Amino acid sequence: MNFEEWASKALIAERGIVVPRGRIARSPEEAKAAARGPCAVKAQVPAGRRGKAGGVKLASGPGEATEFAASMLGSEISGCKVEKVLVEERVDVARELYAAVLSDRGNRCPTVLFSPSGGIDIEEAAASDSEAMRSCQVDIRRGFGPAEAESLLEGLDLGDRKPEIAAALAALYSAYRDLDAELLEINPLAIAAGGEVVALDCKFVLDDSAAARRPELAARASREQATELEIRAAEAGLRLIELDGDVGVLANGAGLTMATMDAIAHFGGRPANFLEIGGDSYTKAEPALRIILENPGIKCLLVNFCGAFARTDVMAGGVVAAWKKLRPSIPAFFSVHGTGEEDAIELIRSELGIEPYDLMDDAVVAAVRAAEEARR
Amino acid sequence: MILLGSHRILVQGVTGRQGTFWTSEMIKYGAAVVGGVNPRKAGTSHLGLPVFASAREMTGKFDVALMFVPPLSAKTAAIDACEAGAKLVICLAEHIPTHDVMEMLAGAKANGCRIAGPNTAGLVTPGQTFAGIMPAFNSRIFKAGGIGVISRSGSLGALACLNLTRSGMGQSAFFGVGGDPMIGTTTREALEMFDRDERTSAVVICGEIGGSAEEEAAEYAQGMRKPVAAFIAGRSSPPGKKMGHAGAIVDGGRGGYASKRRALESAGVPVADLPSELPALISGAGS
Repeated sequence: MNFEEWASKALIAERGIVVPRGRIARSPEEAKAAARGPCAVKAQVPAGRRGKAGGVKLASGPGEATEFAASMLGSEISGCKVEKVLVEERVDVARELYAAVLSDRGNRCPTVLFSPSGGIDIEEAAASDSEAMRSCQVDIRRGFGPAEAESLLEGLDLGDRKPEIAAALAALYSAYRDLDAELLEINPLAIAAGGEVVALDCKFVLDDSAAARRPELAARASREQATELEIRAAEAGLRLIELDGDVGVLANGAGLTMATMDAIAHFGGRPANFLEIGGDSYTKAEPALRIILENPGIKCLLVNFCGAFARTDVMAGGVVAAWKKLRPSIPAFFSVHGTGEEDAIELIRSELGIEPYDLMDDAVVAAVRAAEEARR
Repeated sequence: MILLGSHRILVQGVTGRQGTFWTSEMIKYGAAVVGGVNPRKAGTSHLGLPVFASAREMTGKFDVALMFVPPLSAKTAAIDACEAGAKLVICLAEHIPTHDVMEMLAGAKANGCRIAGPNTAGLVTPGQTFAGIMPAFNSRIFKAGGIGVISRSGSLGALACLNLTRSGMGQSAFFGVGGDPMIGTTTREALEMFDRDERTSAVVICGEIGGSAEEEAAEYAQGMRKPVAAFIAGRSSPPGKKMGHAGAIVDGGRGGYASKRRALESAGVPVADLPSELPALISGAGS
């Protein structure tokens, strides 16, 4: 779950990292009221490269701040609609640095990153110059304090500000742990002209799997861009991704569902959706099918089950119930294997009068052909 | 490690609905289940098994812990099993917070224990034993033989085994590595195990988009004598979306299908366009 800059900054400020004073504005008038002297006006969208897309502007005072807010609000930046801007006091920057903590999937531990040269092109700089980025793999059972931070910074010329930077890194690690973060990044971390170490920007990504135990935090996340149907599916506890094809797909398990979509594409068809009912959601075949059938563009339905934990007889029961209630006028094709398959096949045969295919490929080919015919 | 019939299995969360169903299937199949854990039902018996308050009470009396434990309790249960001397902990739960996973994995390392998962469907050694939520007992899907099967997904792994069995090719073992981005046993590590395993003559990898597990496995496969073939799910998936598994996402150009396929093919591992092509590819690979 991504957080916008203002929400991310509020969270690290509560945890001991200095951020510039600022206020959120949802209208040009609010921006005018928030601006006191020279300030930065920053579009609040959960996307990188905002600056290059015109989402960050420096205003000389309230007049310009109002103007910039008016042009940003309601516009689209990096594909996201701007609904609010952050109006923030200007900081005189002596030097820009980079700091981040992330959950490192390869090394299976938290990793702290630091670069003595921050700024917008840090990824390119790090790729071209390995000295530009320092990293520390953290033993999660020991943690990362000022001493570990000092050794990460060893040998770098940071003037007399090294202790403050080390303290900020240690605070950032504590915040990462405290916030169940997947990523907590400050780019740039600035040394101000007065010597203070300040987070000029901040990006916080909450671990999706931690949202269940952090509801108060998850509620402050930026809304994911989703279609109306995807939102309704999520409310029913189902993961739906709408695609632009016309073969409706219902399968169990993420891997099998992706493989089913791939097989449709392989045989020249186009899947209409990703929707899987594996794991604990195998009892949700009925609501899942209702959602798939709401797509007016689908020309046929392909049901592919290979059940383990997900019992195929239970899933087939859900499909039959939804099909009989909605009576859709499109053809359906089945391939069913795994736990409970005899009962599942018998149910589909007797209740729907449809004979499941023994080979998955045959069911996919039949569905792709049916969609082609319906398009003619 | 590859699961053997002689491995003694302790089931954490044995008394729940799913724990009960799958444990009784495992016992019927011949798995050496030696006990269960549920702190609230310690001292009772369930499915004819003694129930303990913690794995620690069974220290030295089991080899493998199988966790039917909800995501937010998984860390405590896994560390309990590691400290009780488990050689392998099989973690089925999905949606365990990543910080907890990192603590589990650090705890396992400190105790010389291996974790399979999280978000794995388990391990099967056809004809001998199984631990997890795979239909080992379905003879159309699983059959004893010489092919090692590694899969991030349970459902796709079952489909791969179904295709192999249908072609008369049995499996030495199935190893579910799990669909999470951070897991205790990677595809590469499972491949190394099958390479060392005498009963395994060839290996099938069922990968997915997201991460770099397949690229890392390809590096190892390059130097292997045993034939390896692969299928990678997600070729037609849109970028930037989590495809059901937390680990299955193409993010900023990383984790895409093309890079995985290229890495495997240049390591001499043929990649199937369809799961049904795996049997032909594995018989042709390495020859």
